[in-house]
Amino acid sequence: MTALEWTTVALLTAGSFFFFAGTLGLLRFPDTHSRLHALTKADNVGLGFVVAALSLQADGVATVLKLVLIWLLALLASATSAYLIADHASTAAGVGTPHDTNPARPQDDAG
Amino acid sequence: MPAELAIDVLLGTVLIGVAWAALHSRQLFRGVILYIVYGLVIALCWARLSAPDIALAEAAIGAGLTGALLLDAARQMGGGPNRPLGPGVRIAAAIAAVGVTAVLVLAVLDLPSEPGGLTSEVAQTIEQSGVAHPVTAVLLNFRGYDTWLELAVLLLAGLAMLALRRAWSLREEPAPGDPLLAGVLKLLLPISLLVAVYLLARGSYAPGGAFQAGAVAAALGVLWFLAGGRSTAALGGGSLRLLLVVGVAAFGAAAAGTVLLGGRMLELPLAWAYPVIVAVETAVALSIAVTLAALFIGARPGGPAVEGE
Repeated sequence: MTALEWTTVALLTAGSFFFFAGTLGLLRFPDTHSRLHALTKADNVGLGFVVAALSLQADGVATVLKLVLIWLLALLASATSAYLIADHASTAAGVGTPHDTNPARPQDDAG
Repeated sequence: MPAELAIDVLLGTVLIGVAWAALHSRQLFRGVILYIVYGLVIALCWARLSAPDIALAEAAIGAGLTGALLLDAARQMGGGPNRPLGPGVRIAAAIAAVGVTAVLVLAVLDLPSEPGGLTSEVAQTIEQSGVAHPVTAVLLNFRGYDTWLELAVLLLAGLAMLALRRAWSLREEPAPGDPLLAGVLKLLLPISLLVAVYLLARGSYAPGGAFQAGAVAAALGVLWFLAGGRSTAALGGGSLRLLLVVGVAAFGAAAAGTVLLGGRMLELPLAWAYPVIVAVETAVALSIAVTLAALFIGARPGGPAVEGE
């Protein structure tokens, strides 16, 4: 195998490791927020490694740009949906109000 | 080859496992989420079977829009525990399921040993269809009737929704959505709209077309509504009805035109086939997008009284 192929394999393995760790966190962590943390953070890095690996095997710049666009859109979508789920979970648990950017702030300053 | 077989076996096993988990979920919400996962796995299966058209439609309609409708319905029902069925219903369902499975197994066993069906006929006559993608040639030309009637079914669903609401439009203020979701959507809307137009445009020579484009645009309408925008609820009764009906009407115009020009109904002459197909597909995509988004928005109960027109 060439050096390029070895690099691809290494990047794919690194990507799989992060996906595995993220899924493990999703299954094992105790509450919604820590599960979201594991899932989004690890999967975004994992997808980045996979995209980097596939870019090395792509047949042209256009394909690389499309792969990077997919990664960026996935980052945007996962960050947004993670926020929405976390916001919903906080509201359901009685911490803060919907769309509250800082639910942990002290509530007694209004009095 | 063994690697591909391993992927297929894994996909098939996951498909059955997710279906089982969705049906036996104790909670409605969990069941709906598993159903969405099931739709995505089916889309992967279609992709593995080299049917990207169906994979795209399944991901957008089966997993996306149906999932959103079911999530909404589950929330209206409280999302609580799944009520167990009575023994009579269980026995009837078991008999029906075994019967359907038996018929399917017999049908698969009865398949001709050589695959193909009408593939070679389509390949031989595609030159006369006006387009280069066989799926579009079948849907819009060779079997235009089927597509026409499918659109009529969709139109009926839209009309039934309007009838149940006793209103001619969906004019209502949506609940305020999350400002962050709205901000992100402002970034994503142009990109997704571009995807919808691209899918529509490439349908004549590659996987894509009116159904996939319409489904993507409908998903945009639903997301925009959930983010607090008015989406199809901004349409007046007249424009809403016009958009619901324009797909069926375009097919009707094509059918009437072919008959008036002395041909058989929907038998497109080669010189006209491409422009007619593109025009009909554009109208169909508009109708599908508006109907699907309106079905989601209109199916939500508790909207304020709507003015009749």
